[in-house]
Amino acid sequence: MGKTLAEKIFDAHLKDEPFPGTKVLGLDRVLCHEITTPVAIADLVWRNKDRVFDRDKLKVVIDHVTPSKDSKTATQAKILRDWARRHEIPDFFDVGQNGVCHAIFPEKGYIRPGFTVIMGDSHTCTHGAFGAFAAGVGTTDLEVGILKGVCAFREPASIRINLNGSLSRGVFAKDVILYVISQLGVNGATDRVIEFRGPIVDEMSMEARMTLCNMAIEAGGTSGVCMPDMTTVEYLWPFIQDEFASKEAALEDYRQWVSDADACYDKVLDIDVSNIEPQVTFDYKPDCVKPVSEMSGTPVDQIYIGTCTNGRIEDLRQAAEILKGKTVASSVRGIVSPATPKIFKDALAEGIIQIFMDAGFCVTNPTCGACLGMSNGVLAEGEVCASTSNRNFNGRMGKGGMVHLMSPATAAATAITGVITDARTL
Amino acid sequence: MQKKFGGSAIFLDRSDINTDEIIPAKYLTEVTKEALTPYILEDLTLAGFDPQGEELKNATVVVSRENFGCGSSREHAPWVFEVNDVHTVIAESYARIFRQNMFNCGMLAIELPKEAIDQLMALQQSGQVEVAVDLDGQQITAKAGSEKKQFSFEISQFDKALVKAGGWVEFADARY
Repeated sequence: MGKTLAEKIFDAHLKDEPFPGTKVLGLDRVLCHEITTPVAIADLVWRNKDRVFDRDKLKVVIDHVTPSKDSKTATQAKILRDWARRHEIPDFFDVGQNGVCHAIFPEKGYIRPGFTVIMGDSHTCTHGAFGAFAAGVGTTDLEVGILKGVCAFREPASIRINLNGSLSRGVFAKDVILYVISQLGVNGATDRVIEFRGPIVDEMSMEARMTLCNMAIEAGGTSGVCMPDMTTVEYLWPFIQDEFASKEAALEDYRQWVSDADACYDKVLDIDVSNIEPQVTFDYKPDCVKPVSEMSGTPVDQIYIGTCTNGRIEDLRQAAEILKGKTVASSVRGIVSPATPKIFKDALAEGIIQIFMDAGFCVTNPTCGACLGMSNGVLAEGEVCASTSNRNFNGRMGKGGMVHLMSPATAAATAITGVITDARTL
Repeated sequence: MQKKFGGSAIFLDRSDINTDEIIPAKYLTEVTKEALTPYILEDLTLAGFDPQGEELKNATVVVSRENFGCGSSREHAPWVFEVNDVHTVIAESYARIFRQNMFNCGMLAIELPKEAIDQLMALQQSGQVEVAVDLDGQQITAKAGSEKKQFSFEISQFDKALVKAGGWVEFADARY
């Protein structure tokens, strides 16, 4: 019997099996941000164990509310900053260099095929796009990760999703993942790793693969994963060129993590994406999904383009293509938040920021901000937001506010008309 | 040190109650667990439920449906239960991160089949439901008025060890 990518990573990282079915893994990366880490730091200090297992394996960023908006967020940032300095953690990103964690860490080349990654953030599953096992955890798991470099998991079963056919023009990774979640349900992948496979994934950029894996948690998945291939190698090449003689050699090495052809799956789903239209959520759960055509004309108050799901350069390009030469409807306000400083600079160089500003968008610094209703575009009671983020829970972007999740192209089209709009109809 | 389990139950009869509803993101700027105390379940809208009500104030057990604690990884959700003395959650199923966070804090996330949850919910008609938890025997006894129901539950050896140790930090520190 062959093994899945997740099983191979578990085998290679197994440190202990304290009880049957419980696997304690050694960690390659422990990622930290200012919302969930400070309590772990305070507890370590209180226990007189203010240590880190390996400063080079910790990657730290202030991203959720940055620059700090008030005394409380300033205190959180300070706790993280002081801790990173105290332990001389080399990869710490503060104001001016910081960006959304699930965008900036991959961009820096920190995530590699075969890695184990944890973070106190549910969207850590994003990093599985590189063929890593990456799981969101709570603060206690994070604390033990920081101190001991280990984390416990149940034996992972995998769900394989084969994405076949061809994507229609104007249909993107976000539409595919919303459709997949509608098929799985919000707990359809609980305690499972979701493997995204098939020709559609093979053709996708790393950015698009990250969009897919990012929302695995919205179906309850522990991690989303894509198989490492030449696209992965090309993306990582600037960071790995000293490790391998050639790209082919890197690919050969990374192939060890690819699931075996005879691996065992909990479930296999074949989805022909050819007939998928642009998708949008309704109601307050991410599996409440409809084609945009069935929701078109729904008025919104705000458009939000950015986040760890869709704040990367490819996303901004897709939105800018729709927005070019157009303006935001007078009934709405548009906000765009490039996910990292590099994405911001690339967007400036490509004229994308100019397009957004000419259209009447507010361009914010890289931050998680409005996605979870913390800053930079919180909704008022009764307001509706067309958002490229990943969660449409009741009040997610502000108490009493409603969120419709969609692709950057749909969000851009919606900005122009002020009502939910299929970009292909403009 | 092992926490106290069981006590007065409150019933949240809906699936997919998420961590935003248990503790809204705007309170994640707090850096102590205690500061979260007044905000328990603040954004949960559910017929008959009042986040400021006496029933919640008196409760130490939460009973709910499927996929409890879905969404964000915030351990603030188990913490807001902990600081309000709610150490026991009983539901049909859980989101993985919330379930692990509960055990990591030395608290109980007990899974029971739908039929058992139905019976627990029905017990409310006989009065306030009091739950007793026998961790070693893996049994729950629920009483309301003259009515009494017993249910067995499964718990992994690992999760039980975490509860007995008082949490994952204690367990890991002793072992790794």
